Amino acid sequence: MSTLSRKEPLTRQEVAHLARLARLAVTDEELDLFAGQLDAVLDAVAQVGKAPVEDVPPTTHAVPMTNVMRPDAVRPSLPRDVVLAGAPAAEDGRFRVPRILQEEA
Amino acid sequence: MTSTDLTTSGVAELARALAAKEISSVELTGAYLERIAAEDGELGAYLHVDRDAALARAAEIDDAGTAGTGLAGIPIALKDVVVTEGVPTTSGSKILEGWRPPYDATVAARLKDAGTVLLGKTNMDEFAMGSSTENSAYRVTRNPWDPSRIPGGSSGGSSAAVAGGLAPWAIGTDTGGSIRQPAALTGLVGHKPTYGSVSRFGLIAFSSSLDQAGPMARSVLDAALLHEAIGGRDPLDSTSIDAPLPVLAECARRGADGDLSGLKVGVVRELGGPGHRDGYEQGVLDRFAEAVELLKGMGAEVREVSCPAFDLALPAYYLIAPSEASSNLARFDGVRYGLRVGDDGARELDEVMALTREAGFGAEVKRRIILGTYALSSGYYEAYYGQAQKVRTLIGRDFSAAFTDVDVLVSPTTPTAAFPIGSRVDDPVAMYAADLCTLPASLAGVPAISVPCGLSEGLPVGFQVMAPALADDRCYQVAAALEAASGGPLIDQLPRRTAEGAGQVAA
Repeated sequence: MSTLSRKEPLTRQEVAHLARLARLAVTDEELDLFAGQLDAVLDAVAQVGKAPVEDVPPTTHAVPMTNVMRPDAVRPSLPRDVVLAGAPAAEDGRFRVPRILQEEA
Repeated sequence: MTSTDLTTSGVAELARALAAKEISSVELTGAYLERIAAEDGELGAYLHVDRDAALARAAEIDDAGTAGTGLAGIPIALKDVVVTEGVPTTSGSKILEGWRPPYDATVAARLKDAGTVLLGKTNMDEFAMGSSTENSAYRVTRNPWDPSRIPGGSSGGSSAAVAGGLAPWAIGTDTGGSIRQPAALTGLVGHKPTYGSVSRFGLIAFSSSLDQAGPMARSVLDAALLHEAIGGRDPLDSTSIDAPLPVLAECARRGADGDLSGLKVGVVRELGGPGHRDGYEQGVLDRFAEAVELLKGMGAEVREVSCPAFDLALPAYYLIAPSEASSNLARFDGVRYGLRVGDDGARELDEVMALTREAGFGAEVKRRIILGTYALSSGYYEAYYGQAQKVRTLIGRDFSAAFTDVDVLVSPTTPTAAFPIGSRVDDPVAMYAADLCTLPASLAGVPAISVPCGLSEGLPVGFQVMAPALADDRCYQVAAALEAASGGPLIDQLPRRTAEGAGQVAA
């Protein structure tokens, strides 16, 4: 039996932290809404703690998996211009990304 | 055939009429396009329809003289989670608005090679997260049986299109029930294949260990024909099973003969049986019990089977699927495709990414990403995600134990018939309960079909048949027997709407 027991409700601050980790710039209204909703969902899913799982291995995939190999042969890829056509910004035949370094760096 | 016949006929019959040159693919495609133009404004089944492309493709098939050979010349609709070369693909999300993929999913490519005619892409819950299609970023989809009710989800655009006569059949995807549940709620047949037996290449990933594409159709035979067209090994999907697809259409035809003697059927106690009826609608339980009697009447040996771990399928699923989703949806970073917000030259990548994802994702997607991030975070991983994976093992063991005693397991597909639009949107836990009966087969990777078994207060009820991995043929056999014993496909009983008056029902 798992020791899982949820006594503390999920706080607004915790939701804000999780949203930051997941790169979601959530609004104050969303924090209010999600904290309550996610707390209810967590209460529901915490039921998994009831299961008798001593010595039970986890299942990651329902069918047996082995690594799949294929011949390492050169094949044509998608044309560059076709792929870049779907990008929000492209420049000089490449994806253009927002800045990744500080001004002072 | 009249135009009404064209849009209410099974595909097997349409293929015969095409082969006999009674109709052309252009006429057939045109009949569906007309109904889409007249009725989809209200029904809301499609996100994208390209009339000219569909008619040009149909003309090509007619000119080649291949219409009616196999599936050539038959129109089809694809759920918008299926990537289609040059055809807008959004997965129901604003973050992919306007994206035209540079390649075809294997499912789309196989259907193209078979000569089918793409009518359009169907609406869905954003990234397939939902049970009502209300989480679409684009539009509301209505149930053709009652426009005030949901068509199920997440493949609700596909279910509404087929049930409403705006497509002869469609592809859906099922992660926790998203083919079977909408099929059940709209009076269709929907099958979730054995995990790994239909390629996931080119399906926009939600929960990779669970996602499967499959058929949604008016009849069991049509579903089997569509499944045969998309199934089988694909080197582009590393989880693709290297085993031949069982013969399905033949099984459906044989099943319709109605002989189930010797077949052992297990009724799952935990899915609507004694002591497990909270939240189940009486009409659903009654239709289910009657269907079980029909199976007995055809010679099946029916017994009750207990699968105790199924009680925890819902919490396990709503940990595993959001965890995988939080990882899969990291790809939407505003760099390679789709939306980018806030890139003013001053903001850094991280901030642009957060603003893009905030603007591009809807509430349910954000909730699930946050939930998945929580379940995978250090300190909670073992208690939530790890524990859920162990429950998944127990569910698989319950199936294995049951299948040593019986050939198939049966249950209602959903606890209730279609609920009213708007009634569960603010209560995620109530929404998740719609998946109660479909989740065990998803988590175990086994095949499961939903076939109609009658009406509850005028709304369709689905009967679920689950089989061991790779025994999809048994699902089709039992479903076809039940369909035949119930007097044929239920969808034929849907009152016809008049061509000109959407919203009105012809007598």
